[in-house]
This record gives sequence, C-alpha cells and structure tokens, in this order.
Amino acid sequence: MLGKLDWSAIPFDQPIPLVAGAVVLVAILGVLTWVVVKGHLPYLWSEWITSVDHKRIGVMYILLASVMLLRGGSDAIMMRIQQAVAYQSQGYLPPEHYNQIFSAHGTIMIFFVAMPFVIGLMNLIVPLQLGVRDVAFPTLNSVGFWLTATGALLVNLSLVVGEFARTGWLAFPPLSELSYSPGVGVDYYAWSLQISGVGTLVAGINLVTTVLKLRTKGMNYLRMPMFCWTTLASNLLIVAAFPILTATLAMLLLDRYLGFHFFTNEAGGNVMMFMNLIWAWGHPEVYILVLPAFGIFSEVVSTFSGKGLFGYRSMVLATMAICVISFMVWLHHFFTMGAGPDVNAIFGIASMIIAVPTGVKIYNWLFTMYGGRIRFATPMLWAVGFMVTFIVGGLTGVLLAVPPADFMLHNSMFLVAHFHNVIIGGVLFGAFAGFEYWFPKAFGFRLDERWGKLAFWFTFLGFFITFIPLYIAGMLGMTRRMQHYDVAAWRPWMIVAAIGMAVLTIGVICQIVQLVVSIRNREALRDRTGDPWDGRSLEWATSSPPPVFNFAFNPDVRGEDAYWDMKVHAQQQSLERDRPEYQDIEMPRNSPTGFVCAFFATIMGFALIWHIWWMVILGGLGAFATFVVFAWRDHDEYVIPAEEVAAIDRVNLEERRGLISMAGAV
Amino acid sequence: MAMTATAGHAHADPHHIGLVIEHPGPASKRIVTAYGFWVFLLSDIVMFSCFFAAYAVLSGQTAGGPKGSELFEQRNVAIETVCLLLSSFTCGMASIAADVRNRFWFYLGMAVTCLLGLIFLAIEFREFADLVARGYGPSRSAFLTAFFSLVGCHGLHVSAGVLWLLTMMAQVFAKGFRADVLRRMMCFALFWHALDIVWVGVFSVVYLLGSAA
Repeated sequence: MLGKLDWSAIPFDQPIPLVAGAVVLVAILGVLTWVVVKGHLPYLWSEWITSVDHKRIGVMYILLASVMLLRGGSDAIMMRIQQAVAYQSQGYLPPEHYNQIFSAHGTIMIFFVAMPFVIGLMNLIVPLQLGVRDVAFPTLNSVGFWLTATGALLVNLSLVVGEFARTGWLAFPPLSELSYSPGVGVDYYAWSLQISGVGTLVAGINLVTTVLKLRTKGMNYLRMPMFCWTTLASNLLIVAAFPILTATLAMLLLDRYLGFHFFTNEAGGNVMMFMNLIWAWGHPEVYILVLPAFGIFSEVVSTFSGKGLFGYRSMVLATMAICVISFMVWLHHFFTMGAGPDVNAIFGIASMIIAVPTGVKIYNWLFTMYGGRIRFATPMLWAVGFMVTFIVGGLTGVLLAVPPADFMLHNSMFLVAHFHNVIIGGVLFGAFAGFEYWFPKAFGFRLDERWGKLAFWFTFLGFFITFIPLYIAGMLGMTRRMQHYDVAAWRPWMIVAAIGMAVLTIGVICQIVQLVVSIRNREALRDRTGDPWDGRSLEWATSSPPPVFNFAFNPDVRGEDAYWDMKVHAQQQSLERDRPEYQDIEMPRNSPTGFVCAFFATIMGFALIWHIWWMVILGGLGAFATFVVFAWRDHDEYVIPAEEVAAIDRVNLEERRGLISMAGAV
Repeated sequence: MAMTATAGHAHADPHHIGLVIEHPGPASKRIVTAYGFWVFLLSDIVMFSCFFAAYAVLSGQTAGGPKGSELFEQRNVAIETVCLLLSSFTCGMASIAADVRNRFWFYLGMAVTCLLGLIFLAIEFREFADLVARGYGPSRSAFLTAFFSLVGCHGLHVSAGVLWLLTMMAQVFAKGFRADVLRRMMCFALFWHALDIVWVGVFSVVYLLGSAA
C-alpha cells in the first residue's frame, strides 16, 4: 500500500535532523496559524499564490531562495564546525550524516538558492526594462515557480522522512547506482531535480520568448539594458542545457528503478558517459547563474557612476561569446579521468579562452567607473566587492584550467575554495546587489543603508577569512568532503575557516536585521517618485511598486539608457501631454493552475521516491486534469478600465513631475 | 515580417547614418505562442540528442547478448514509418481544416492521425513485449538499455501526443475554433511534426544502421 515507506523512515535515532525538522515544522505551523487567524489567507491566495503577475512571481522566487539560503547556510555551518573539530577524532557528525549534509548543501545552494534568486530577479525586472506589461506566458510562469518550490519541498522533506543522497551534489555513478546506494536518498535527489528542472525549463522558455518577442516600440536589440542581454544569454543556456540534465537523471533513474545499464559496472554500462553528460549541463549551468549577475553589476555600476555603460557593444559581444564557449569546456571537470593529453590540452585552452570575455567585462566596469561621479550605496559596494573577489576566483579558475596543475589540485580544498569564490563572489554578491538595488522598485521603500553596509562588510571579510584558508589547505594536500583527518598542518586553517564562517553568519544576520528595520521604518524610507537611485533604464520610469499593468503607456524608446534619455530631455512620453488619453488595459487573470499542478507534482514525486505506484498514477491524473480545467476556462483576461488606469497613473505623474523638471534644469 | 527585418538591422546607429529600423513593439499572441513552442521543441530535441548520444556510445556493448541485426524486423519498422509519415500528412489536413473552421474535416483529420498514431504505438509495443519475452529486455545489455530508452522515449512522446490530440478534439467539440484553441492546435501540429523528424533519426540511426551491422 505505501511502497517502501514505513516507520523506519523517520530517523528517531538521530537528534540533529529530528530537532531541525521539528523546529521547521513548528515554524511553518506557526506562520500558517498566524495567517489563518489574522484572516490573511484570502489575500495570500488571491494576490500571491494564484498570481500570474511577473513581479509577484519574481518576489516569491526570491523569497524561496532566501529561505533556502538559510537552510543551505546551516549545512555550511555544520560542515565548517565538523572539520574544525574532527582532527584525530570523529567530530560530532557521523559519516553517513556528514555525507548527506555536503550533498544537500551543494544541491540546495545551486538549485534552490542561486537558481531561484536569479530567475526571480529576471522575472521581476526584465519585463519592466523591456517596457512591456507582462512576460510571454504568465500562467506557465506561475507553474514554473511552483514546480521549483515542489523540488525544494521534497529536498527538505528528506530531512525527516527517509534520508538524502550521500553522493555529492551531482550523484556520480556507480556510487549513486542501486547496488551502492540502496536507500531513497538518491531518489529524493533525482526526483526533486527532475520536477524543479521542468520548472526551470519553463522559466527559460518564457524569458527567451519575452526578450526576443515582447519588447516595447523602439527597443531594438542594441538598445536593451545589459541585464536583458545577460538574461537572454542565460535563458538560452537554460533551454539548451537543462534538457541534458533531465535526460541524464532520467537515465540514472532508469538504472535504479528498472535495472537498466546506462552507468552500471556490469553489462557494458559506461560511467564516463555520465561524467560527460552531467558536465555538458553542469558547466553551462555555471554561466546560467553568473551571467545574470554580470547583468546586475552592469546596471548597478552604470547607475551609481552616473554614466552610461562603457563599451556596451563589447559587453554584448562578451556575453554572447561566453554563452557559446560555455558549451565547449565541460571536460575540464575531469582532466584526471583518462581523456589523454591532446583532449585535455584542447579543453584546457578553451577554458582559458573563456576568461577573456570575462576580463573584457571587468575592464568595462572599471572604465565605466573611471571619471564617473560614484556613489557608494549598498548595491555599489556589492558590485565593487564582487570585482575584487571575482578576479581572485577567476584567476584560480584559470590556474585549474591548466591540466598539469589540475592533476595536483583536482578534488582538493583548493577546488572547493575556487568554486565558492566565483559562486559566492559572483552569483551571490550579484543577487545581493540586485536585491538591494531593486527592492525599492518591488516594494516602494528603500532598504536601510547602515545595516546594508554592515551586512556587506561582514560578508565580504567573512568570505575571505573562510575561503583563503581552504585554498591553503588544498595546497597542503587536503581533499574535499573529509569527515575527519589526521594531518596536523591542516588543523589551524580549518579553525580559521570556522571563524570566517562565524563572521559570514553575522553578515547574514545583518541582512535579516536590515530587512526588519527597513520594514519598520518603511514610511521614512518610502520612495514616492519610483526612481530612488537616479536610474537609467525603463523600470525606473514607473511607480514603486509598479501597478499591475507596469506602464499606462508602453514607452517609446529612442536610444540606449531609455529612461535617462527621457529625463535629460524632459520628454517623458506621458508628461508631454497634460491630459493623456488613457485606454482600457487587458491583463491576464490569476489562476491557481500553477499551485494545484505543483500540489499534484509533489504527491507524484513523493510517491515515486517511495514506490507508491497508485499514488503516482493519482498525481499524474491530477496534474493532467489541472491543465484540462485551465484549457477549458472561457475568460483568460480581465479589463482595467481607462479611468482606473488614469487614477493610478496620475498619482505617480504628480510625484515625478518635480523630479523631471529638476533633471531638465540640469 | 517587420519583426525579422528589425532583427537583421537592429543597432543604435552610433554613427548617425540613419539606417535604424525601429523595433515595432510586442509581437502578436499567435507569434509569441508559436515562438515559445518552437523554443520548447528545440529543448526537447536536445533531450533526444542525449539519448541518441547514449545509444551511439552503448550500441556496441552487447555483453554477450544479441546485436541489433539479430533483433530488428525491417517489415515492422517500415509499417511504423509509413504510419507516422502518413499521420503527419493527416495532421496537416486537420490544421488546414481548423484554419478554415471546418469541423468535419478537422475531426476526420484528427481521428485518422490518432488511429495512425495508435497503430504505430501498438506495433512498437508488440516489438518491445516480444523482445522482453525472449529475454532481451533492457536489463540484458547496455545496448538494449540504450535501444529501449531511445525508442521508448519517442514512443512516450507519441503517447503524450495522442493524449493531447484527443484533448484537442474534445476542446474543439466543446469550445469551437476559439483563438486560444487555434493557437494550441498550431502547437500540437508543430509537436506532431517534430516527432516525425525525430523518428526519421531513430529509423536511420537505430534500425537502418543497426540492421546493416
């Protein structure tokens, strides 16, 4: 009846996951009770859960990523403490638990923190920057978000029901095959990623179509803000790379569920095929994450230097070059696995070449700052901090791209330090910069600068205190994923790293405090003009938060830095006319399709993990029925009458009039 | 179309030579939907290409079991291919019927497409069942693993297509040729034709090359 599921799935003998699970459960129940008792449920349901508004979906993505960041961060703290204390002893984490923690840490940080954070920011901002009212497929957008949430839910469920994979974040066979990992851990891993992978693919298709087909009048390709370009590149990579992940995990699952022989040691299976396939997805994935961050830095550096982006066209070219070359370097992840010197040389050179367009970008940002009137607001701090950090990470990457050096450093702590250096210093700093920069746009009030700067400095310093020791430990020969060790020389560095982790944690706490303080002081921090940073692109041309229809009139773009142009020439379309002729606006109706579909996907995923076949069929039928009901609805749009559009728009116009005349005077 | 003309020449005119073609604004819903579906189809083809690649890597790994030339029956594959290619034609007829709002020809075209798809699936299912019964299931060797996965992945797509086809017919029956229904029909037709193209690949790589060796 319940497949493999019974009471032994609950880890009663392990206090840590049980207590953590209980705390989370109490927290969730507490929030739910508060929501229901306070009567917020109808509002949440109609305005957020069923929303197909790209801005709200973007905010929900970022919320999911932030919560998961705390979960992944807790894993990181546990690992740093373990390695600080497990010198000539077993430490406090048993090996099978430690293995689950590093696997969950990687999986969560990549798939449920970095991915939803950047996809959330792209969702929130790209339609605004393109000057349009919505994304190409609003309801699918909601489906994509909720499927991502399903994946996150399943990963966290593994904490208390069953176990998570002990195979690392990419579940290499043959270790991940049934004979070596008979438990449900790898199944949790694979099904979570399959379900959230569908969500990511949907988001990718949606954003590619949005950028290519939904731009406002006059928004030619070479007038798009840099963030739109990097969004395009990143989502093209999603569309091209994520199906590889889906196929690869499908093969692994077929091996595990039906006794196939893709990657087994017996009957002619080929383990190296898994390496090639997974990294053919895995390396583009790195750029899927970092390209949007590059776009965010471009916007931030340009805005806070008060200058247009230096070398805009070379930036576009560099972005698209990275997009293409990122598919030609995957083999550098396994130089040591017998490809031979010729193949290694080619992939080593390709890996070094991809640093060139990245270098172009760094110089463009520096030259944008050169001669500019720089304001060091929090987003700019993250951007400058990124440039320093990312150069270190990039250079150690070029070092690892040299095959002989890689033979010495492969799978060492040096590698661990390198990819954290680029992912934290690149993607996470970018996500934080974007969060600080666009928060006023999303919510209508600024974040507290003092706490924001504290958060930056603690994170920045904490990062170096944590990861420089890992580079050194790697040079001293320490391999990654060690549950305990006996080498005295490594010990001091592990202790320093643990101290760094504490500093990083203070940074995260500052960020939470910043959010709380800002929400409390929101009236004082209110942004009435919709343009708090003196911005340059179209998202600043509408109010904060933008109305559901984004723009009363779709803007007419005449050059790069569209909004800056309007301000300088005081030619904002709506302002030229005293009484603009407002028109009715049609917007897509909200739909519970995404939520209901994800509900059935959760049931189906859980049932697949535990081999509860009747429930699999039930979930599948439910998901199909949801789509049929959606396809059958008669009204998919509603109309906002012209008077209402006018009323909403006039408020913002009045606030903005002063700003425009000021800019005009300059 | 104006859009593509823009794409070719789009630049910000930094030298003021006055050749900028202004982007005309957002595309129509029909174009956006079809474009998005094309992007999906490309991603689906990437997924198929992984299974093709796996088949290419593993096709020699028979682990002492049978090779392709000992298993494949060309007559069955020929019938399958004819069914699928014909179904693409009838699917095209149904699309045209939908465009001119002719219910009779639409239902007829879709019904024949469905029938041909089902015949294809039945033959494939019989081939699979026969192989498993003879002890040559996917667990026998890596070659058979790759064979069952690649051909089965296409078969699953056809099954999903048949389900979509029936839903499409029901929707036209219930809602008529609404704009959104017509957009979905267009996507379905793209999907069905794409599966045909993939089958040409499967036919060549698996059955033709396999029978020769």
